[in-house]
Amino acid sequence: MSTFAQRDLAGWGRFPSQNCFATRPEKRREVPYAANDEFVSDIIARGLGRSYGDAALNLDAGVLLLEKLNRFLDFDAQTGVLHAEGGASFADILETFVPRGYFLPVTPGTKFVTLGGAIACDVHGKNHHRDGCLSEWVEEFDLLLASGETLTCSREQHPAAFWATIGGMGLTGIITTAKLRLIPIETTSIRASYTRTKDLDETLAEFGRDGDFRYSVAWIDCLASGASLGRSVLIRGNHAAPDEVSGDPLEFGAKRQKAVPVDFPDFALNSLSVKAFNALYYAAHPDREKIVPFEPFFWPLDAVSDWNRIYGARGFIQYQCVLPFETSRDGLKTLLETISASGRASFLAVLKTFGPQNLGLLDFPFSGHTLALDLPASAGIVEFARELDEIVLNHGGRVYLAKDATLSPENLRRMYPQIEEFVAVKARLDPDNRFQSSLSKRLRIGGAQ
Amino acid sequence: MSEKTFGKGARVLILGATSGIARATALEFARRGFDLVLAGRDREELEILAADARVRCGNGVEIVEFDATNFDSHPDFWHRCGDVDGVICALGVMPPQQESERDWETCRAVIEVNYTACVSILNLVANDFEVRGSGFIAVLTSVAGERARKSNYIYGSAKSGLSAYTEGLRARLFAAGVSVTTVKPGPVDTAMTWGMEKLPLLVPPEKVASDIYRGVRRKADVVFSPAPWRLIMAIMRVVPSFIWKRLDF
Ligand SMILES: Cc1cc2nc3c(=O)[nH]c(=O)nc-3n(C[C@H](O)[C@H](O)[C@H](O)COP(=O)(O)OP(=O)(O)OC[C@H]3O[C@@H](n4cnc5c(N)ncnc54)[C@H](O)[C@@H]3O)c2cc1C
Ligand SMILES: NC(=O)c1ccc[n+]([C@@H]2O[C@H](COP(=O)([O-])OP(=O)(O)OC[C@H]3O[C@@H](n4cnc5c(N)ncnc54)[C@H](OP(=O)(O)O)[C@@H]3O)[C@@H](O)[C@H]2O)c1
Repeated sequence: MSTFAQRDLAGWGRFPSQNCFATRPEKRREVPYAANDEFVSDIIARGLGRSYGDAALNLDAGVLLLEKLNRFLDFDAQTGVLHAEGGASFADILETFVPRGYFLPVTPGTKFVTLGGAIACDVHGKNHHRDGCLSEWVEEFDLLLASGETLTCSREQHPAAFWATIGGMGLTGIITTAKLRLIPIETTSIRASYTRTKDLDETLAEFGRDGDFRYSVAWIDCLASGASLGRSVLIRGNHAAPDEVSGDPLEFGAKRQKAVPVDFPDFALNSLSVKAFNALYYAAHPDREKIVPFEPFFWPLDAVSDWNRIYGARGFIQYQCVLPFETSRDGLKTLLETISASGRASFLAVLKTFGPQNLGLLDFPFSGHTLALDLPASAGIVEFARELDEIVLNHGGRVYLAKDATLSPENLRRMYPQIEEFVAVKARLDPDNRFQSSLSKRLRIGGAQ
Repeated sequence: MSEKTFGKGARVLILGATSGIARATALEFARRGFDLVLAGRDREELEILAADARVRCGNGVEIVEFDATNFDSHPDFWHRCGDVDGVICALGVMPPQQESERDWETCRAVIEVNYTACVSILNLVANDFEVRGSGFIAVLTSVAGERARKSNYIYGSAKSGLSAYTEGLRARLFAAGVSVTTVKPGPVDTAMTWGMEKLPLLVPPEKVASDIYRGVRRKADVVFSPAPWRLIMAIMRVVPSFIWKRLDF
């Protein structure tokens, strides 16, 4: 029998926060027992809780913490393929393999995520336009089903389970282990290039010139309005060559982290005026090129622990949507105007280009532009997010479930056309609907419809 | 092992290698250059831990199956471990106290795993280390053994016995140049304590692991982990019995 502890859990946005019953196996063979323990009516996997909303929560029901199942099982230096448990964190992978000359093929804006959580959301990075989602680099994974059976899933083996599980938000089972292909690197620095644009058209036009850059993202001043609406600083880059850096080209990790200057968050978070910050940030980034270490380039916010607390106890939501190229200019304009008019200040808003969609049934990215921004969870936030959802839908877009806390079940179906196929695969893999979360219950995914 | 060569290529045996604290401790020692001998009864889990240490640190890692409460098997087990430079003992079990009060088999297991098994295997280790004139032994006891509380005195008494054993062993092996370090953690965030309410000064196992490493390295006699427990327990020890018996914890 597993021990379940009552815990108030939340995602990174701290909205909502819910009472859950959490169990934390430390050994592999305990996982199937924990997953099926009758103490809880249903259960959901949780990694490091870096999804923003309710994906890794389960109100008054079970949450299975995977953080202790974080062992590395094998590494092939020839192919760069790492075989690790689902609870292994990206931070841990980086700490171990960067000094040996390997890097994550895809990394979200924080390294405090688990391999299993990253696969379940099929995360994207600043290189989606070039390298796709994480699943592009996942050779296979072991999926523990409610029956206790483990399926090894890949594009060839159990492909239906593979494409339902990547981006499947933990609803098909538990990813106990996975094989991820790391990429070779020569340095831990990026040759970064900063480009300032004066309005949305210029920003989108500049994104059209991403081709040369493996990594590309824009910080967008979501408080600028009128003629400046959509003005941005594009931050793009490629891996730096060894002759461009001084000292140990593969230096990385805890020691360096402290020494690395934080690019913007630390002063952003101390700044009381969002508007002033946004204006300053724009002013502080004239066009230029420079060699920057990985840390502030890929995970600028990781240097400030618990930065999510600046929004206070009520928390915040992160709203992330993608709009197809054909409608994105219009859609982004309407979204930005609506947000700006609402007076719901956002500290950070980012824009980037996505490459083509993959075969994941619930995968978020498709070709177009994606906008992500924080909104404090003040009164009326759910209604406001739904207002944004309508704009997104009107432009043929959708929102990212890894960030979501507010979507309605109806709109989920309008945004994710393959949802019924997903539900059918889930019903085969998990006939008793053992794997449920607050997100799946809110969005009515699986089980009684 | 001279001070200079501490770690590099030395072998450390970890008894109860599947324990949460032992996992962190094994990696701590592996990172410092030690080869590992992981001993326990859960083969599948030991294989995973061994793979992890190999991938992370590139060190030699071996597994030896160890049945802690089958005392007769200990001499053969110890023989199979080969030459080791140090031993860390992390065996332990802590079921809810009431179960031990009502059920003798549970109570017996608490005594046997926390005390008897440790004595049985450490006797063998000590005899060899004494003859050889080198080595270190680190044993996880607990602050629970410093002063027995009504809510956890059966476990506490076994740990108290083990602390006393290590104290005597330390005195015996001192002349032979073998160090014995008694490690007394407070509550540690492992499977043993998962789900317990409001534990004071709860620390991650990695904290205890680094305290163990530093303790062994400087041949410390007694290590409290985290350190404030030394003072807290010093105060606890002077509380008179007529008060202690009235305390509700
Ligand atoms: C600062 C910040 C920046 C971010 N930037 C990006 C970004 O650039 N791109 C992006 O894509 N995302 C981004 N994210 C979101 C984050 O990458 C994802 O939510 C990621 O999945 C979090 O991993 P986790 O281990 O914390 O998972 P959790 O939040 O714990 O869980 C997320 C989902 O995965 C499921 N899950 C977790 N572990 C398993 C498992 N072993 N088996 C099956 N299902 C599992 C859960 O059930 C849940 O549905 C960002 C988040 C933060 C806080
Ligand atoms: N956690 C704390 O708060 C805390 C505080 C003070 C002291 N300690 C002590 O520190 C040590 C490690 O604790 P932990 O928290 O890491 O414990 P843990 O994770 O529960 O591990 C206990 C270890 O003891 C082994 N064991 C238990 N019963 C056994 C048996 N009958 N036969 C063989 N082996 C058995 C287990 O092996 P299996 O995996 O095969 O079960 C496991 O390796 C213990 O001595 C504990 O008493 C812990």
